[in-house]
Amino acid sequence: MSLLSLREMKTEIGQYAVLHGVSFDVPEGGVFVLLGRNGAGKTTTLRSIMGLWAPSPGSVMFKGRDIAGMGTADIARLGIAYVPENMGIFGGLTVEENLVLATAKGRFDAPRLRRIQDLFPALEHFWTKQAWSLSGGQKQMLAVARAIIEPRDLILIDEPTKGLAPSIVSAMAAAFQEIAQNTTILLVEQNFNFARSLGRDMAVIDDGRVVHRGSMADFAADTDLQGKLLGLSA
Amino acid sequence: MKKLSETLGRFGGVNLLPVALAAVAFVLINAPSSWVTLTVAGLSMGMMVFLMASGLSLVFGLMDVMNFGHSAFISFGAFVSASVLAALSAWLDGGVILASAALALALIAAMTFGLAAGLFFETVIIRPVYRDHLRQILITMGALIVSEQIILALWGGTPVSVPRPPFLEGAWIIGDVSVEIYRLFAFGLGAMVFVGLMILLNRTRIGLLIRAGVENREMVEALGFKINRLFIGVFMLGSALAALGGAMWAGYETLITPALGSEMMIVVFIVVIIGGLGSIEGTLLGAIIVGLTANYIGYLAPKLALASNMILMMAILMWRPSGLRPAVK
Repeated sequence: MSLLSLREMKTEIGQYAVLHGVSFDVPEGGVFVLLGRNGAGKTTTLRSIMGLWAPSPGSVMFKGRDIAGMGTADIARLGIAYVPENMGIFGGLTVEENLVLATAKGRFDAPRLRRIQDLFPALEHFWTKQAWSLSGGQKQMLAVARAIIEPRDLILIDEPTKGLAPSIVSAMAAAFQEIAQNTTILLVEQNFNFARSLGRDMAVIDDGRVVHRGSMADFAADTDLQGKLLGLSA
Repeated sequence: MKKLSETLGRFGGVNLLPVALAAVAFVLINAPSSWVTLTVAGLSMGMMVFLMASGLSLVFGLMDVMNFGHSAFISFGAFVSASVLAALSAWLDGGVILASAALALALIAAMTFGLAAGLFFETVIIRPVYRDHLRQILITMGALIVSEQIILALWGGTPVSVPRPPFLEGAWIIGDVSVEIYRLFAFGLGAMVFVGLMILLNRTRIGLLIRAGVENREMVEALGFKINRLFIGVFMLGSALAALGGAMWAGYETLITPALGSEMMIVVFIVVIIGGLGSIEGTLLGAIIVGLTANYIGYLAPKLALASNMILMMAILMWRPSGLRPAVK
């Protein structure tokens, strides 16, 4: 059974129709990758799922419940975390404050915090520093750590490797593999090598429509299709 | 230049501005007793303006709402407290304890009115125009005019006298220096409110949410918090503080008119802008600088007194376009 199912989701921003009917299913567990060129509608899809832009009509089913039209806070409380493209870090808050804000009761679950600190050791080092002073990679680690500080069923992550050094990208890939063992990740990514190393299932979106769905293994093996849908050269 | 900036940063950075201002004024005034009197007056004026401006800064920063009606809370606070003090005038002459109780009741009444008015204002007037600055300006300006007319209808157009508790009358004379007791009280109350706000913002979960919301409302929602509830709370707090500031200003002026709020509003906006939106520390810093500048310039060059704060704001914005201590880096 799918954890998340989008059916003919359409989103308009102002007077512009950005999504023209997006449909795909995200199975429970592992990493589902949403690929596409710049401006194809990937970020809009994540924001629409999160309720940050209201999709209409169409349905967004999460754990069998239609969440289209619900408020963002209510959607988050159902167990969906969101890591936006700009990371959404609160720069004036310390690393600790950024994380404690995302906890349900205002205090850390010690084993969970330990696990996060093992995944991202740099965060412990900058624990009391204001988040604006972190590097881009450290901010991305903080954004992901904040998404998993409480148990979640689904994490929406928007282009986490953008602008990061290769060594940080490798560390991020390892962290995502670990996280995906007990949480589903819907990953929007332009870095195909990074996406290929993580994804089990995938979809390609173009001009606000899903133009391909399938397994990542099949897509990775078909260089012609990659070239056609993503403009990647063999 | 960078080295100088780093060195200044180590010694307090922009927080040193009031000290630098006072030092320059000390040289220019060249009369220590006058300088002390003006400095105390400037600090107490700054604290009262801080009370009025702190809520507006949070509302601006958190809700992105341009509330020109904020001065209505200042005016209502002044008139409500004046009415309570007038009704309890017998208590004012009944010794320190009764007079203190009358003053406390007047201030509590002003704040309670501010809370209720804030709830009404946010729910009925502000909520329909979120994310639309032009309509916010128009509707809050309209609400301000209506509020002033309500005050005019309830309290009349003639200036209303505000009784003061006798223990806050007069001045302490130390050598050649005269320091008004009410100004010291205003400074102390403002400092207490500042400490309370700092504890709220830095030591509580609500405060953490407010600080986060000032930076990124959308992300606060995405973490599962309903930002609208936070908006109402902050708006009510801001309105109550403005009413408290108005009540304190009424006691300072001792004669108030319905235009009190709109007269103060220019100063309040200057403070919020030069301090940096959404920053309580910035608002305090801006208020102290504005209070000191108004008093020093009023003494040194009275003809420039009105223009001084505008010039100050332009100079600071040219130097730091986001204000002295903006909440968001």
